[in-house]
Amino acid sequence: MVYNVNLLTRTQLQIQPNNYLKKVRQGTEVPRREDMDKKPDSRSEVVLQGNEACARAAVYAGCRFFAGYPITPSTEIIELLSSEMQKAGGAFIQMEDEIGSACAIIGARWGGSRAMTATSGPGYTLMQEAIGFAAVTETPIVIVNVQRGGPSTGQPTLSSQQDIYQARYGSHGDYGIIVLSPSSVQEMYDFTIKAFDLAEQFRTPVILLADEVVGHMREKITVHTGDRNIKRPKQRFAVSPSVDFFNGANSLVEGQLHDDMGRRIGHLPNKSGEFIEKINRKISDNVGMIADITTYCMEDADAAIVAYGSVARPALNAVKRARGIKDDRILPKFRVVRDLVKRGVKETMKTDYSHLKVGLIKINTVWPFPEDLLRQAAENVHTVIVPEMNVGKYCREVERVLWDKNVVPMPKCGGNIHTPKEILEKILEEEGVDE
Amino acid sequence: MNKLYEKYIKTESLPTLFCPGCGNGIIQYAAIGAFEKLDSSGEIPSSDIACVSGIGCSSWIPCYFKLDVMHTMHGRALAFAEGLKLSRPEKKIVVFTGDGDCLAIGGNHLLHAAARNIDLTVVMVNNYIYGMTGGQKSPTTPKEAVTKTSPFGCIDEPIDGCRLVTSLGASYVARWTTAHPAQLEKAIAEGISHRGFSFIEVLSQCPVQAGKSVYGEKDPSKIMEGYKKNTYLFRGGEAKPDKDGRIPIGLLHRDDEAEEYLDKVEKKLKSQGLR
Amino acid sequence: MAEITIDKACCKGCNICLSVCPKKIFVKSKKRNNYGTSMPDVKEPEKCVICRMCERLCPDGAINVEGERAK
Repeated sequence: MVYNVNLLTRTQLQIQPNNYLKKVRQGTEVPRREDMDKKPDSRSEVVLQGNEACARAAVYAGCRFFAGYPITPSTEIIELLSSEMQKAGGAFIQMEDEIGSACAIIGARWGGSRAMTATSGPGYTLMQEAIGFAAVTETPIVIVNVQRGGPSTGQPTLSSQQDIYQARYGSHGDYGIIVLSPSSVQEMYDFTIKAFDLAEQFRTPVILLADEVVGHMREKITVHTGDRNIKRPKQRFAVSPSVDFFNGANSLVEGQLHDDMGRRIGHLPNKSGEFIEKINRKISDNVGMIADITTYCMEDADAAIVAYGSVARPALNAVKRARGIKDDRILPKFRVVRDLVKRGVKETMKTDYSHLKVGLIKINTVWPFPEDLLRQAAENVHTVIVPEMNVGKYCREVERVLWDKNVVPMPKCGGNIHTPKEILEKILEEEGVDE
Repeated sequence: MNKLYEKYIKTESLPTLFCPGCGNGIIQYAAIGAFEKLDSSGEIPSSDIACVSGIGCSSWIPCYFKLDVMHTMHGRALAFAEGLKLSRPEKKIVVFTGDGDCLAIGGNHLLHAAARNIDLTVVMVNNYIYGMTGGQKSPTTPKEAVTKTSPFGCIDEPIDGCRLVTSLGASYVARWTTAHPAQLEKAIAEGISHRGFSFIEVLSQCPVQAGKSVYGEKDPSKIMEGYKKNTYLFRGGEAKPDKDGRIPIGLLHRDDEAEEYLDKVEKKLKSQGLR
Repeated sequence: MAEITIDKACCKGCNICLSVCPKKIFVKSKKRNNYGTSMPDVKEPEKCVICRMCERLCPDGAINVEGERAK
């Protein structure tokens, strides 16, 4: 992003929103469409599909522009938002391709609307150039990637976690990015809201890295009904202040490297280096504010399962089985799925895993990598199992941080999710080696 | 320095990075002339105009304007502009793009933006060459022209952007050259105030990269004279080159009855009781 | 009478103004602009009819013509 201080100074920028509210109260300025007819915020419980939850959360989070292109398995998001976005007073457009969708949301964000797009696999690959553009212009956008099996057309209807590195390093050049990975429908809802807030706060593209299992699963979740009171986030020191279009600031949104005044610095190595450092460090220096993990039974654990996304669910089940915690809430509500899980449970019960002191570390913000949190959580374990639905990618990051532990990758490709039994057996195998 | 420049151009970033004799500067002056015309008549204040451009020499034109400007990715200017327009429907967006940017890499976005008849003004600068990368063949390069990537003469049939968007439903289509600056200024102003997809092709010159091999002339003023000779004023019928091979210029197509995309959306939402 | 100025900092010496002026007011000179090429000189400004073609066709906004067009 770039701004021109000819007309607005930094202090004026911060005063601007307050002035607006004052003017609205005094009746001298017409309130924006989104500020009118606000309903009080309350909560209710509903059964929703992951993709539907994401779409609903986007509207609640203040998203008022959606551009998309249908692709399995994320199509439900564009289907639902084609009507919901318009009902909320926003704009919706089905673009000609995913490249166009990603570009349109950047354009809309500079017009002043919070904007999102949703895609999967090949579509996400097409969006990479626009993600780089959003990173270099510091545009806050949200991109949902409901992962499917790859490479190429791959497995349109099956799940995977193969895009974990593409989400971080997909576009050319060096940039910082935030990636959230939900493992349940509730998290799909909550993380979508969080994604919008993080994007605005750090002025960066935020990727919601879901997968087909979470996207198509139906669960009972708590949703917000009513309208959210959206506050403008306080901009951090590392983030450039910026002004949306048509505010008289004469902004120049420039894809070339530029300084804070919008001047081209692409030909100046020193200044360019500073710029690259800035857009990387605004994320890496604030990992403490962004990083989020959830631990389960880690207090006395000897072995830990590090998981993210849908794989965290069988991992949690495995921990509960080993610990003898009978908590039926973790079982999916639908009959066919429950039968499958029950079969798995029966098999599990044949062997005794109760001596295994297993805990779970669920990574919620996969990028930036929560190094310190992981290090703290896994301080006392000696074995770390990393189940993931790819050839073992994220495991390398875990290995880098937990270099003194026995980190065991547990890759699974082909579209099937790990079963709790598989995870427990892997732990048994590794623990056996240790003793 | 010119007084209009002082009003509309970020003078601290001058001189422009265009080569001597480049047509982009002439188009730049015509564009700010059009903004001034609309601003002084009170029709559209220049604070209500934003510019979007892609990648290429011509996409540098708006970067010097004292307006909100987005200098985006190669070929994607129209997609960015559509997003910006949809989020701020009451504002006017002008897109500056080149022949390669608009017809080659951004061809798909052009097709769909024209078919939607969305209220954008597209100024396509056609210099028949990829100038920024050093003179390679573009989608409009004439047949048999020798460029760096067509060393034995160009074989591809050139694409006529104006006829393409007319067939798709663009509601204002005009073609002028850098030798007709006053008419071009008028066309840009008309295009901005027209509600619908306005497409203005400007035949421009790249004396440095195309020069003799494409226009047969290296001197910019002689290329512009050539444009005057090799064009005829279009007065109805089919906007095709005539029997002498002269290209039609002027207002090629205008349809004020055609429904604009945002109007169509509003109408649909009203019919559903959503507005 | 028209007052014609040529900005040394903006001119790039493309010589378009030389050929477009209907009264041929601009002539080649030995003066150099900041770009390093030779810039035009104004000869006989009293001949100017203020058609402003040089303003419009100067790709660098270097020429400014002050004065009202005679009616």
